[in-house]
Amino acid sequence: MKNKFVKAVAVIALGSAFMTSCKPKSSGDAVSGDAAQKAYVAPGKYDEFYNFVSGGFSGQLSVYGLPSGRLFRVIPVFSVDPEKGWGYSEETKPMLNTSQGFVPWDDLHHTEMSQTNGEVDGRWVFGNANNTPRIARIDLKTFKTAEIIELPNSGGNHSSPFITENTEYVVAGTRFSVPADYSNGDVAINTYKENFKGHISFVKVGKEGEMDLAFQIVTPGVNFDLSHAGKGKSHGWFFFSCYNTEQANTLLEVNASQKDKDFIMAVNWKKAEEYIKAGKGKKQSVKYAHNKWDEKTHTAKSEIKTEVLVLDSAELKDICYMIPCPKSPHGCDVDPSGEYIVGSGKLAALIPVFSFDKLQSAIAKKQFEGDYGGIPVVKYEAALHGEVKKPGLGPLHTEFDGKGNAYTTFFVSSEVVKWDIKSLKVLDRVPTYYSVGHLCIPGGDSKKPFGKYLIAYNKITKDRYLPTGPELAQSAQIYDISGDKMKMILDFPTIGEPHYAQAAPADLIRNNGQLKFYKIGENNHPYVTKGEKESKVVREGNKVHVYMTSIRSHFAPDNIEGIKLGDEVYFHVTNLEQDWDVPHGFAIKGADNGELLIMPGETTTLKWVPKKVGMYPMYCTDFCSALHQEMSGYVRVSPAGSNVPITYSVGTNLPATK
Amino acid sequence: MTSAKISLLSKVLLLLITALFIGSLFVPMWQIELNAPQYPEGLVLKLHANKIGGDVDIINGLNHYIGMATLHTENFIEFKILPYIIGGLGAISLLIIFIAKRKAVLFFFITYIAFVVLAGVDFYRWNYEYGHNLDPNAAIKVPGMAYQPPLLGYKQLLNFGAYSIPDTGGWMLTAAGLLLLTVVIKEYDLFKKKK
Repeated sequence: MKNKFVKAVAVIALGSAFMTSCKPKSSGDAVSGDAAQKAYVAPGKYDEFYNFVSGGFSGQLSVYGLPSGRLFRVIPVFSVDPEKGWGYSEETKPMLNTSQGFVPWDDLHHTEMSQTNGEVDGRWVFGNANNTPRIARIDLKTFKTAEIIELPNSGGNHSSPFITENTEYVVAGTRFSVPADYSNGDVAINTYKENFKGHISFVKVGKEGEMDLAFQIVTPGVNFDLSHAGKGKSHGWFFFSCYNTEQANTLLEVNASQKDKDFIMAVNWKKAEEYIKAGKGKKQSVKYAHNKWDEKTHTAKSEIKTEVLVLDSAELKDICYMIPCPKSPHGCDVDPSGEYIVGSGKLAALIPVFSFDKLQSAIAKKQFEGDYGGIPVVKYEAALHGEVKKPGLGPLHTEFDGKGNAYTTFFVSSEVVKWDIKSLKVLDRVPTYYSVGHLCIPGGDSKKPFGKYLIAYNKITKDRYLPTGPELAQSAQIYDISGDKMKMILDFPTIGEPHYAQAAPADLIRNNGQLKFYKIGENNHPYVTKGEKESKVVREGNKVHVYMTSIRSHFAPDNIEGIKLGDEVYFHVTNLEQDWDVPHGFAIKGADNGELLIMPGETTTLKWVPKKVGMYPMYCTDFCSALHQEMSGYVRVSPAGSNVPITYSVGTNLPATK
Repeated sequence: MTSAKISLLSKVLLLLITALFIGSLFVPMWQIELNAPQYPEGLVLKLHANKIGGDVDIINGLNHYIGMATLHTENFIEFKILPYIIGGLGAISLLIIFIAKRKAVLFFFITYIAFVVLAGVDFYRWNYEYGHNLDPNAAIKVPGMAYQPPLLGYKQLLNFGAYSIPDTGGWMLTAAGLLLLTVVIKEYDLFKKKK
């Protein structure tokens, strides 16, 4: 009996030892010895790359350094940011205006840097709003959102803001097809097939970056997911992945996963331009906002536009072609040569790679298997370069290193897989922690990738960092891909939820004429105060305009009396400093608004409606100098109808002497 | 060799000296570099013959903490007359080429030395004035502390390290002085006598 027990214990012990030895290595083991050295950027030294990471549901754009993973700045884009006054100052409010009115939040999924000749040029970063469809342009001279354009006829702008190789266009595609804005939207939801339409938008980008909605192409109702422009030989074409070709309007999880293949839609946008010139576009009546930031007046203007040019993909047969792609394709990525188009079916166990040359020949030879809502469907085999067999489960996105390799993320099997574009052979795989979504290689979707680092942006964090209750940071990992094998060198938390990201050599952006401060002489703000002597308080009915200056370490004026209940007070604060890194802040008690953060040479306005009679301190919120704590003042609020006159001063309002 | 007329080489050097004097008018004469933990990139005050340049606005912005008066070109008569003095010295050098007397060269050298001494005294006087004449209501008052920048060289002033050295123009004038000394030595055969 005893013997048997001992034997059993021995068997179990042996068995579990065997099991343990077979268990995959834990995540801690995945880091090799010199990882810290590779990701280490010594104090005072700069990173090699800027990394522009979408903030996802934060609505913002975060800027990290590579390879250190250090966070430098969060640029407010689609969501209000009380810390910076974004969406709170009078000047920035119009930036968040839409045809639905002021929208304080959105979901920024993808970033795309401007390109010249297919190479990242460091001028702008674009970002998409996934909820209330918009595209934003962020100026990399100021790291500030310079422009936002709304997209009509769309529901959820997901396949955006991808660009053509000379930044001719930035595109958008509706994730949720909806009845067009120029048709009746008050229809039964289960009439999707008849009434719901897809629209993809081509937004022209001017020399100074200014955006203009050039045209839209109407398609059958589907869900457009991601996109990428052709480049080199395929310049002139754009590729959009789409799912829900089943046209389901409920329980998409099941009903939009029925078909074996959905599509990648190839769009010949040069052809579309020809049709526009030939007058084939229809002007449709819509409403969308176009918001622009003016660097000289430090103020945004919002304009509501009312017309868009629409081309019909079913009517004009040779603009759009459907390429069948397995299992609800998500990522749609084009290799640096422009020849290979990688579709990633998110439920598939293989990766189809299409050939641009074969697609062209299939179109020329009319190798079609039918049409989808009037759009020709090219035969799968006719456009196919080949399939990557058994790469992993759930491919999502692919980037390139410029050395003939592709790197694809796998959400379900939580890994990045490196494979050879031509031979389609799998070369290496590394785990991610956990369930990777997008990935980024600096310049990885351009003609000229910098194949040194790869960053995986994950969807699940779990045990990666010290726990912070139910809600956790998102996790990202950096891999060194300079050798044959990918090596993890750093794991870092991110803000919001990172989706797509872009990166570029630091020097390209550091040396692009980045601004250090605004010249006060060029400040054309209508309420600018260009010196303390010009500071004043002006009453216009119940509106009171305070022309205020800030300089280390006082406001002028800093004593204001004569404000009455019922007044709307506008503090127009001009920061008179003319040196780098001397911002001043402005806050006043009871403001149901944010604060102001005013950069040197800038004028910013806070609206304040006092609700009670009394004394209201105001102060500088950004520790500006040794006497920052002294940088403060008082505003006296008297009852409505009071006789206290408007008075204001700095340094002269001394106690009365007996 | 004891002829009162100066040699051709000396004339060429005098022409060069003229060029150095005139050229120095177009570049900064002197600089005071300021370094502090908050200013890793450094601040610099550039003293031209006719104006104060460099980061003068930023420095003026900082001066009020210690009660130092702000610097303005128009408050210094020196910037009005200095271009004429330096231009005049250049003209004298040119004139001596034609006078061609070695006594004139000696006279010019003595004048130059007098100019340098006077300029130094004047510069020191202003440094003293700005460093000591402080607003009694200043926010930062350190008993016994003055903020006089060094005449030449390095000095720590609170969180700022001040480094006062000639700029391009100053080096040009120094070179002019050395050339002038060479001419004097050559014309008076000073080394030969020692032998």
